[in-house]
Amino acid sequence: MHPFLPHTDRDIQEMLDFCGLQKPEELFADIPEDVLLKKNLPLADGLSEFEAFRLLEKTAAKNRIESVCFLGCGSYDHIIPRTVNRITSLPQFYTAYTPYQAEMSQGFLQAMFEFQTMICELTSLEVSNASLYDGHTASCEAAVMALQACRDRNKVLYAETLHPFTKQVLRTHFYGTDVVLKEVQAPSGCFSLAALEEELDDDTACFIGQSPNIFGFLEDYTGCAEALHARGAFFIISSNPLSLAVTRSQGEWGADIGIGDTQVFGLPRFFGGPSCGYIAATEKLTRKMPGRIVGQSVDTKGRRAFILTLQAREQHIKRHRATSNICSNQALAALASTVYLSLLGPEGLKETALQNMAAARYLYDRLTALPGITGYAGNPFFNEFTLQLPKPAEQVAAEILKRGILAGVPYKTLDSRGSENLLVVAVTEKRTRDELEAYAEALQEVTA
Amino acid sequence: MKDTLIFEESREGRRGFTLPAAGISGGAKEDFLPKAYRRSTPAALPELSEVEVVRHFTGLSMKNYGIDLGFYPLGSCTMKYNPKVNEDVVLLPGFAELHPLQTAETAQGTLELLHGLITDLCGITGMRWGTLQPFAGAHGEFTAMKLFRAYFDHRKDDHRKKILIPDSAHGTNPASAHLAGFQVVELPSDPEGYVDLEALEEHLDDTLAGIMLTNPNTLGRFEKDIRLIARKIHQAGGLLYYDGANMNAILGHARPGDMGFDAVHLNIHKTFSTPHGGGGPGSGPVLVGESLEPYLPVPDIRRDGDTFRWASEHRPRSIGRVSGFYGNIAVLLRAVCYLRMMGSEGLKAAGTLAVLNANYLKRHLTSLFDSPDKSLCKHEFVLSAKTWKEKHGITALDIAKALLDRGIHPPTIYFPLTVPEALMIEPTETESRETLDSFVDTLKDILTTAKKDPEALHRAPEKMPVSRIDEVRAAKTPILRWRKER
Ligand SMILES: Cc1ncc(COP(=O)(O)O)c(C=O)c1O
Repeated sequence: MHPFLPHTDRDIQEMLDFCGLQKPEELFADIPEDVLLKKNLPLADGLSEFEAFRLLEKTAAKNRIESVCFLGCGSYDHIIPRTVNRITSLPQFYTAYTPYQAEMSQGFLQAMFEFQTMICELTSLEVSNASLYDGHTASCEAAVMALQACRDRNKVLYAETLHPFTKQVLRTHFYGTDVVLKEVQAPSGCFSLAALEEELDDDTACFIGQSPNIFGFLEDYTGCAEALHARGAFFIISSNPLSLAVTRSQGEWGADIGIGDTQVFGLPRFFGGPSCGYIAATEKLTRKMPGRIVGQSVDTKGRRAFILTLQAREQHIKRHRATSNICSNQALAALASTVYLSLLGPEGLKETALQNMAAARYLYDRLTALPGITGYAGNPFFNEFTLQLPKPAEQVAAEILKRGILAGVPYKTLDSRGSENLLVVAVTEKRTRDELEAYAEALQEVTA
Repeated sequence: MKDTLIFEESREGRRGFTLPAAGISGGAKEDFLPKAYRRSTPAALPELSEVEVVRHFTGLSMKNYGIDLGFYPLGSCTMKYNPKVNEDVVLLPGFAELHPLQTAETAQGTLELLHGLITDLCGITGMRWGTLQPFAGAHGEFTAMKLFRAYFDHRKDDHRKKILIPDSAHGTNPASAHLAGFQVVELPSDPEGYVDLEALEEHLDDTLAGIMLTNPNTLGRFEKDIRLIARKIHQAGGLLYYDGANMNAILGHARPGDMGFDAVHLNIHKTFSTPHGGGGPGSGPVLVGESLEPYLPVPDIRRDGDTFRWASEHRPRSIGRVSGFYGNIAVLLRAVCYLRMMGSEGLKAAGTLAVLNANYLKRHLTSLFDSPDKSLCKHEFVLSAKTWKEKHGITALDIAKALLDRGIHPPTIYFPLTVPEALMIEPTETESRETLDSFVDTLKDILTTAKKDPEALHRAPEKMPVSRIDEVRAAKTPILRWRKER
């Protein structure tokens, strides 16, 4: 007997009889002898629920999570309203498949339509979809969109200040194709229009920038959209969407495509996933969008109804000519972010963003006042900044960890070419004044 | 039930969540930001109290259907029961609050489980090692295609660009291969979905990169010639890719590694019981044999005695990262818990009962559709409503819509493309005989109605929150977001 398997011995026998079989093994009589598995799978014996939970609880305790978290670089420790998980745990949401049967899936379809609207609002762009895998793979999808939209071009430019992991994902994505990836230098840790213009040519399909960038700086894209558009290239900006509550959005910078990750909206860190990639674009790119898109229509009685639409772009119709291969996405995570944004509303989100900025500013001022520590200078930042330490950042972080603080991400652990003294620090609304003071004290001791 | 959008329920000045009194920010202003960096138009998010948000989304959930409500025989999707304990496991703070960039020393628990999971998945599939990074099945396919590319490039065989894919294959297969830089060649399959060996023979040249197959095939039949196919492909210098969406059928009974496959993706959200979440997140680990191991994505997880660490240095030929961090970890941890509870015997029993349920249903249903077919299927089978369409004007879509009104999620329809009016039925092992019997009765009832009153079926569904939706209009004049009425 197994709790997930309802069959009694009698059921099995009678069902076999009905099929004209005697033994369960006969169900596999069509598998040739030389591929039929004769031994048991090399797995541990099955456990009861209680034992399995105990075991996993014990293993979870081997992870050290008690330290105060100042780590960012794509995953952040924000306050998550309890309501979010209550909603995403509703069985009709989380035990559903993709809403192929629209009449039976109006709930999820409507929620995704609301998600799309919120993403359009935040990015100031016109169309969005029902999520992508994560913010990093979103850059690949966005680049493919641009490449498909301008046909005979094969060059993808990206900023040096893009997350190094995004660059790695891009490299893997285009490996073995005729797409050429080229990095646009950022001499002072920030975007430079002159550097972009040096690389920009008639083969360029797009430029991918990131703001706040990997060092935390907000990029100044003045003139960027104009320069790209004059050459017929697309402008893609990846942004931490929380920053968009107060900072100039992708659409406001003139970008054609906005991407990023909504982990900051109600999703736990979960050691990196699931998070939720978002993408939004200008209207003229609508039919180049990857993934699932929910549209509004009417039913036979004229009532408003929602349905997966523009499917002619997708793999199940277009097969190898599809705009993307994506099928399953991160829908439940997108739902979590939709609930989060509904709870916070425009004022709550703005307040959160401002608190992040204020706390980061406070800690930055506090830390850069310490002897030997300077801020990696550049543009204004949002909730993340980079310090130049007198010693290797990995060593400093290890020392501070002993004091119960995860001090930040040593930049070199992201990019082996980077300087070993750089530490990227993220500060969220969750951090208290005491925690910031404790950080400053710890850093002072460790670098003294 | 209300049918308003959350934006239409918004009232200026409401809030559903407050923050701790700002200790630091003390009246933080945007003044921190020079004007050029400031947002000029605020994002029009909705304003609601907490209870309104809860009622809105609870109301939406009531207009949705999940396995917890009833039968969900959606072919190719393996909608088995999602154990509840898994949901509690991933919310343990040790898992939920772990940052991906913490050092390995502080993440030993999770690393141990992920390492163990790769080991278990290799045992289940008969492969050597793998990566947990891919976020879904299609992402796994794409990853494996990049491994193929790297393998050929390393052997200076870079002219090998041709990937063979049966015409019955899932759309993600050709899309993944094409986007990964390969040329897709469609391979005809016979009426039972088997690979056409003669057609295969024609493509065995030095431009061949490989083949993408699933076994059991898309029609639920076990590809008996698989060893022969593998031998032919390998002799021609190509590689074999296994689409693991159909793995549930052979759990504990056969392994892709033993069939001769070089790479496998698994759909954790199908075979390993993790919830599909209304479209995701899933997880699509890729497992490989010896030939492809050097190219696996980094970072890899290595075990040194009792400790676990990230490692990349031993993979100089890696294709690199395929996801920002390490994949959908919380989905993978649910699978770990599932595997612990099933064990080797339980997993094999799951495979057996999935196949028993499918054959039981098939016996009952084939006679209702076309000529009775007594051959064995594996975990699923495909019916065609062609005759019903010709005789009574009832399509697979009509049957699906009629099922909605009877509280059952319909099978997958119009896939595979090779079967007209296809209804693809996958009951899974977690359904009882009574559920299957009642599904049979329901279908019989629908087919009786089809003869007597076909119009009634064209009107279906009538008991859902909406009736049939105008798809053409949705695509022709797309409304993809809400806008405030002016
Ligand atoms: C046969 C087959 N292959 C691949 C996939 C793609 O998997 P995913 O949706 O996880 O990307 C599916 C999903 O439906 C499938 O049925």
